[in-house]
This record gives sequence, C-alpha cells and structure tokens, in this order.
Amino acid sequence: MRSIWNRKITQTITTLLVAMSGAVQAADGDFNLTEIVPGIFVHKGNTVYERTPANLADQANIGFIVGAQCVAVIDAGGSLPIGLKLKAAIKQTTDKPVCYVINSHVHPDHIFGDPAFKADGVIFVGHAQLAKAISARNTTYTNSLKRDLGDLAMGSELTPPTQTVKAGESLELDLGGRKINVQAWPLGHTDNDVTVWDEQTETLWLADLLFMEHVPAMDGSIPGWLKVIADVKKIPAKQVVPGHGPVSAPWPSAIAAEERYLTKVADGVRKALKDKKTIQEAIETVGWDEQEQWKEFENFHRRTVTATYAELEWEE
Amino acid sequence: MNWFRSMFVCSAALSLLAMAGVAFGADLPPDAEKSEVWQKVRKSYFEDRVIINDADGKVVALKAPTRAEDAATVPIQIKTGLSQTRDRYIQKLYLFIDANPSPVAAIFTFTPESGRADIDTRVRIEAYSHLRAVAEMNDGKLYMSTHYIKASGGCSAANGTLPDYADFKPKLKFKVDPNVEKGQPTLAQLLINHPNASPLVRDQISNLYQQAYYVRTVNVSYGGKLIMTADVDFSISENPNFRFYFMPQGEGELRAEVLDTRDVKVESFIKITPGSGST
Repeated sequence: MRSIWNRKITQTITTLLVAMSGAVQAADGDFNLTEIVPGIFVHKGNTVYERTPANLADQANIGFIVGAQCVAVIDAGGSLPIGLKLKAAIKQTTDKPVCYVINSHVHPDHIFGDPAFKADGVIFVGHAQLAKAISARNTTYTNSLKRDLGDLAMGSELTPPTQTVKAGESLELDLGGRKINVQAWPLGHTDNDVTVWDEQTETLWLADLLFMEHVPAMDGSIPGWLKVIADVKKIPAKQVVPGHGPVSAPWPSAIAAEERYLTKVADGVRKALKDKKTIQEAIETVGWDEQEQWKEFENFHRRTVTATYAELEWEE
Repeated sequence: MNWFRSMFVCSAALSLLAMAGVAFGADLPPDAEKSEVWQKVRKSYFEDRVIINDADGKVVALKAPTRAEDAATVPIQIKTGLSQTRDRYIQKLYLFIDANPSPVAAIFTFTPESGRADIDTRVRIEAYSHLRAVAEMNDGKLYMSTHYIKASGGCSAANGTLPDYADFKPKLKFKVDPNVEKGQPTLAQLLINHPNASPLVRDQISNLYQQAYYVRTVNVSYGGKLIMTADVDFSISENPNFRFYFMPQGEGELRAEVLDTRDVKVESFIKITPGSGST
C-alpha cells in the first residue's frame, strides 16, 4: 500500500476558493489520498456528524480508479469544494481524463461534489432509482447544505445519472485495459445503491453498503440490507472500500460488525412487536448494547429503530 | 453527517413557520398559551369556554419525545386518567400541533364502550412546536395537556415510495391481545397501509407539489357499538397506526371502516371471543 497522504494541492484549492467566496481560511490544503492497490485511490472522509465551512462536508470515503485510457471517479464528495479537491488530486496523480463519475447512492455526503467533473464526454453512472431519489430530496439537501456551509455550498449539486443500472443488473465499464463492473442492488441501505468491482485487483468498492466505525445509517430497509449483505458476501474480493471508516478493509470480516448491528436491531424490533411493545418502548430498549461500538450512535440509532418498527409491524 | 437528521427540512415549511410565530433555538420552550396559532384554534373550536390546564395529567396526559429523531414518524401517546363510565367519560380528544400547516392533527371520539380513551399514534411535525391534547368530558368540561417538541420538516418529507393512486387500495390490519376478558378494557391496534401523502412535498425537477392523498376518517365499532372515531389528515404519518381500547361485553366483531380523500372506503373486522382468545 503506497501512501501519498498529505499530497499538497493547496495552491489549486486556494485559488478556487478565493474565486468562489473569498473564504480562504476554510480550506485545509491537505487532501489525504491513499493508493490502496495499484490504480485505486481512496480519500478518507472524516466521519464526523457536523458539517462546517471548515470541514466542507468531507464526510465520506471517495476516490477513483485509473485505467490505461481514462479515470472513473467513485463519489465526488460532500460539496463542490471537496469535488474540486478530488479533481486536483486526480490531476496530480495521472494525465488520463475522467470518463465516468459513478454515484454510489443519493446521500449528499457522497455526491454533492459532482459538478466538479461536469464536462463534455463525462458519463454519470448511477442506479436506475437514483434520479427519482435526487428529484425528491434535492430541495431539502440543498437547503441544509447552505445552512451548514453558507456560501461554500454554492455550486454543489446532486447530478442525475446519464447512464443507469437496474437493481439486480450490472454494467461493465472499460477504462482501457481495465474493466470495472457497476452493480445495482435492491432496497437495503437505500433503494439506489451501486457497488464497483475492479477485476484486476479483485477490489470491491462497497461505499455505504459497508459502514465501519460509523454506525450504519439506514435509509431503506434493514431486512433488505441484510439480504443484500448475504449476496455481497459471496463476492470473492481481496479487499473492500467502505463508505465510512478505513480506506480499505479485509473481506469478508470487514462487514461482520455491521451485519451484527443490523441483525440485532431487526431481531430486537421483532421481539418488541411480539411483546406488544410500543414504538417508543422499542426505541428506548432495542440495540443499546451496541452504543459503545460505534461513532455517531446517538445521532442515528433511534431513527433506525423507528423505521424498522414501522416496517416490521406489517410482517405476519 | 447532520444532513441525515435534516434531510427532511423543507423550504415550504419556512413561511408557515413564520406564520406560526414559533420561537426557534430557545432553550426554554415558548409560552404555550401565547402561541398565536393556538389562540386562533382555541377560539374556533372552544370559543370562550374554560380549558383546565391539566399539567399533572390527571385527566389527560400527552407523551412524546422532546426531540423527534424522525419528524415524519413521531410517536405520540395520549393517556387518560379515568375509566370510561356512563356517568363520566371523555367524549372527544383533540390533538393539536401548533406549527403544522393544519394544526388540527386529529379529533377522536369515544364512548363508554371504549373502556379507556387512550390513544397512541404517529404524527408528522413540521417545525418546533407545542403539541396539545384537549379532552372534552361528557359534561362539557375541557382539560388540556401540552408538550413542547423539537422537530422539523415532517410534513414536507417525501414518502419512500408512492403508489399509483388510481390503482391503490388501502389495507387494514388489526392486532388484539389474545387474552381478552369480558368487561375489561382491551388494547387493540389498527394498522392502515396508506401513503397518507402530504401536499407539502415538492418535486425539484417537475417543480410540482405532490398530490395530497390521506386517510380522512376512521370508525371502529364493536358488536355494532361505536368505540372510536378519528377525523384526521396528513399530520398522521405514512401507514397510519392507532392503538386504542375497547370493552368487549361478549362475543362480537371489532370492525374498522376507513375513508380516504379519494373516497376509497375499506373495511376490516376481527372476531373476538372473550375468555378464549381472539381469532
């Protein structure tokens, strides 16, 4: 693993930020980047809950894969400034152009940086459900980014895919001597998750199908997500890239904690329903023994239990 | 990743919020009596009648979280402090949410056959708001319990998926404790599979607001006698859910009738045999 942490791209970023808003102080010129296997570069997001002008909503793991002809970006980050930092980092790494931007799912911490890569010939790839999800959430996401980043949110935009993949199907992309596979999954973490498989290095980019350190943020269905995990585990990857946590992790052991947590919530809610507990009682009792195992537990767990209860009460 | 909690915050809410005169960010909840919305609602529903502030919840207590994790699904419990008898019973329960576009979230009707006038449900809450449960006794006395909640964007939150309204038929499901005893208040739950779609959700690309489609009334009877009615709107969460009591005096059918804003009517019943469990 060749590390190129602290790659300096201060100049480019400072120039861009001055152009955008004059808020030079907001930019931390260091943009971490790790080449986890030959040709796959991952930037580690900061796994903190609060978005601020100082962190530029740099919350998710994002990065790119370099082929002989061109580059595929996987998630452009939580804001346009982060997308521009990623773009600058790519330029410092390779002279190949970006041909694909793969949006792993609708969440804004992954894809608000998209406009940094908008250019002729760049294809935006995403799940067939992604455009609909973007359409439904754009207003709320955009308003909350403006609230948190102020002027630095300017230009950040969720970008609908120009090429889509239906749930259960996959799409092969050729980067020149390097084939990658974009696979779309059914309802789980969200209803619009895709993963990326790099044949050459047997690396599986899972994005938010895999949370490490940070508690899984559920925006779909836990029973669905557990089914997806069962299928994902069959993929014989050598290493995987989680959406939050380390830049690379061993497979399949990396997903054990997430699977344990989701199973515990689903089982706990089913038992609460069987015991005729109310939704509030379930929120107060289910899964709290996991609290010490995860970052941001307080901010996500109750909501996950609420949604799971509302879903599972319809099970027979 | 604070976008997750705020993913449902909607600009449509802001002007309404201003109208509602709700204080933001204050550590102490604003004075419940001074809410402008409440003053209007109070006047139109109760005119100048005395409303007893039931802070101890002796007649009616309102339980809800202090901060809503999911403003589109906020659990609300209304607990009453008396049994429903022929001489003294709660005949109506009003649930108000000051900051919602339609502050009258629900009006429940009960009878002595209800056994208890307790209600559990889940609501959408658009902004930081006072919640109020007002109990109206059969003699006309009014009692109110309030609760201040920090929540935002519940009414403008997009449903996960929306069905094609034209083909949609709501589904009902009863859950009743199998150990039913004759003459005892018995807990029942009615689940309604329905989008209960709010008109405040805007689609960014088409720039159109979602077409409202929600449950309007719920009637529950047992053995032909009225147990509970609910007059509701989109303040009730997707897939509306009500927990309530009924008092079985013998074998009978617990029956629900639900009518929505497209005039679709669905019915469902469950047979109850006190002493031997329900079927």
